[in-house]
Amino acid sequence: MKVLAAMSGGVDSAVAAALAVEAGHEVVGVHMALSRNRDQFRTGSRGCCSIEDAGDARRAADVLGIPYYVWDLSERFEDTVVADFLAEYEAGRTPNPCVRCNEHIKFEALLDKATALGFDAVATGHYAQVIERPGPDGAVVRELHRSPNAEKDQSYVLAVMGPERLQRAMFPLGGFASKAQVRAEAERRGLSVSAKPDSYDICFVADGDTRGFLRERLGSRPGEVVDVEGNVVGEHDGAYAFTVGQRRGLGLGRPAADGQPRYVVDVQPASNTVVVGPAELLSVDRVAGEKAVWLVPAPDAWADAEVQVRAHGAPVPARVRAAQAAGGGPALEVELTGRPLRGVAAGQSLVVYRGTQVLGQATVSRAWRAASVAA
Amino acid sequence: MTSGAYLDHAATTPMSPAALEAFVAEAQRVGNASSLHSAGRGARRAVEEARESVARSLGARPSEVVFTGGGTEADNLAIKGMFWGRRRGATHRTRVLVSAVEHHAVLDPAFWLAGHAGAEIVLLPVDAEGRLDLEALRAELAAHADEVALVSVMWANNEVGTVQPVREVVRLAHQHGVPVHTDAVQAVGQVEVDFAASGVDAMTVTGHKLGGPLGVGALLARRELELEAVLHGGGQERGVRSGTLDVPAIRAFAVALAEAVEQREVRAKHLATLRDALVAGVRSAAPDAVLRGPDPALAPEERLPGNAHFTFPDAEGDSLLYLLDSAGVQASTGSACQAGVPQPSHVLLAMGVPEAEARGALRFSLGATSTPDDVERLVAALPQVVARAQAAGLVSRTNERGRP
Repeated sequence: MKVLAAMSGGVDSAVAAALAVEAGHEVVGVHMALSRNRDQFRTGSRGCCSIEDAGDARRAADVLGIPYYVWDLSERFEDTVVADFLAEYEAGRTPNPCVRCNEHIKFEALLDKATALGFDAVATGHYAQVIERPGPDGAVVRELHRSPNAEKDQSYVLAVMGPERLQRAMFPLGGFASKAQVRAEAERRGLSVSAKPDSYDICFVADGDTRGFLRERLGSRPGEVVDVEGNVVGEHDGAYAFTVGQRRGLGLGRPAADGQPRYVVDVQPASNTVVVGPAELLSVDRVAGEKAVWLVPAPDAWADAEVQVRAHGAPVPARVRAAQAAGGGPALEVELTGRPLRGVAAGQSLVVYRGTQVLGQATVSRAWRAASVAA
Repeated sequence: MTSGAYLDHAATTPMSPAALEAFVAEAQRVGNASSLHSAGRGARRAVEEARESVARSLGARPSEVVFTGGGTEADNLAIKGMFWGRRRGATHRTRVLVSAVEHHAVLDPAFWLAGHAGAEIVLLPVDAEGRLDLEALRAELAAHADEVALVSVMWANNEVGTVQPVREVVRLAHQHGVPVHTDAVQAVGQVEVDFAASGVDAMTVTGHKLGGPLGVGALLARRELELEAVLHGGGQERGVRSGTLDVPAIRAFAVALAEAVEQREVRAKHLATLRDALVAGVRSAAPDAVLRGPDPALAPEERLPGNAHFTFPDAEGDSLLYLLDSAGVQASTGSACQAGVPQPSHVLLAMGVPEAEARGALRFSLGATSTPDDVERLVAALPQVVARAQAAGLVSRTNERGRP
């Protein structure tokens, strides 16, 4: 097959490319230039580029003996991932930019362009497994599964690509049980990125300061912090910078009357108000999701599954069914059948699993406690 | 030489056998040209013979040749050195006039001076074929002659091959006593370049674009030109370019330059014939491709004989580049410095090419070793390459329309 290996300059994508080469594929490495952020990338008069990462990717491609190109997707990245990130926070929601990047950049802009150029698949360094099973009429069904490496598993951010694009995705690191193993493979092949530190933060937010980034891009918008009774208990610089479930950085002068810690329980962008309250208000057992994507036939009746609402959160038992959003788009409904979840914010990605298999995903539009609504 | 069709001689050329021989011979000797013992004298002699040869090849005096580590360094020395030299005792001379289509090796030091040394950069416009707007230069000089430190206009453009009216630039600038620098890196060996006859005060040349080694070049600078050093140290090269001289590279550069100049007329004819075949072939293989720069059929003397440049509608240059590369054809989207992260070329934008069209640019540049087979290989690959690249471009645009 002709395989395009997306090479970030990190160890995972370098080893993924190496494995694709060793599997006998005709591999071309592509580094995506995504950001023009001054703090992270040296900017010359020409604009952009992640000089160090692009250089590391190039060196890895050299060692593997494969052609290497840089594709500038920074404008696209800004218009989709960064714009969505800002708009969602501005709307009082909590986005996951890595999900949006996989949706719009890696498995849309990159994958579709690669397909048009004659590539059969795009290989990335994600930790997730694609398992092929015989389907009806001799067809092959591709299933997305968790990585056996629980700590690194990235299936959560991949479900969004949908079934058609999953056909053309390749995750050579899928079977790797540990990062140390990947580093060892890199070292064995003489890839100089073998000891490069992992990246954790949002790539376009310098030094991990999301609040500072939002303030810089959205401006300061002072407003009030109120408790659930509506009493003003503090001030803030912009409601957009708060997320449901947040406890730190509220800057409340006085402790609550009952002495219990207070959390953000609601962000109201229209009035620029942050509502704080006790932990029990964060507990939810019902979630509605929009923009649902299914990697299996959509369950029209309640189906038992597990759901996960954070990249490194634990899955919880639930029943799930497909629904229609108010606007007509695909949605889903979730009832938690075990313990409730705490602090589920609109905008988060909800991924539906059964065991290790990813069934589908959606963006949380609403989360609530059935009992409290009934009361 | 690499396998396949190498159509990127404007990026770099293979070393000529004679230059390689000179390089290897010199590399086997020891000697610092600044040393006073016999080994040093041997090295010094090789350098001075090379200097005389370079001067002869380019219509200059040996004392006007300052060897550098290549074209970028020579451009930096010219722009910064002339700016500082001209401002000595005349601090009101802050304006640096450069054409909008200069190479980054000229633009970036100029803008660096703007950021660090109080320079004001005036970008002189060009027409749709990349020719300097002489009226704009005339008007700028008439309005601000007293404040102009220098003018820099390239001899020929590296992307679209447009030959600039350097003599006219010199005439206008000298009327006001303003010195002129020209980057002749692409021109030497392709069109006639005579330093003295051109009247320019400083001129950049480099080795690797004409069959010489990488990492060596020269700034030709008139003795009376006020030029400040950029590299300080041992005081080599009139004190304006310190650093131990790279004797093997300098000698090989001189050999390659002499060859390129001696054979220029024959080679240029060969290049123009091949280039015309390439242009015709591209036009038949991709009828919607647009030739950028002067049409060689209408104004052959206004375009480098080895250069062809096209934009391909609805295709992206990096897709074209990749697809051609996999078909064994090596071309460029523009100057290699921009090829890392493809940006629309500032040259095309200055020519008024819309950004969307500028993204589909490909430059084909021929050299001494180019053959009709190279051109045929390109023309054979092109229809499928362009169709694929246009399909990829369509996907990108469709995705964009569907964005949230």
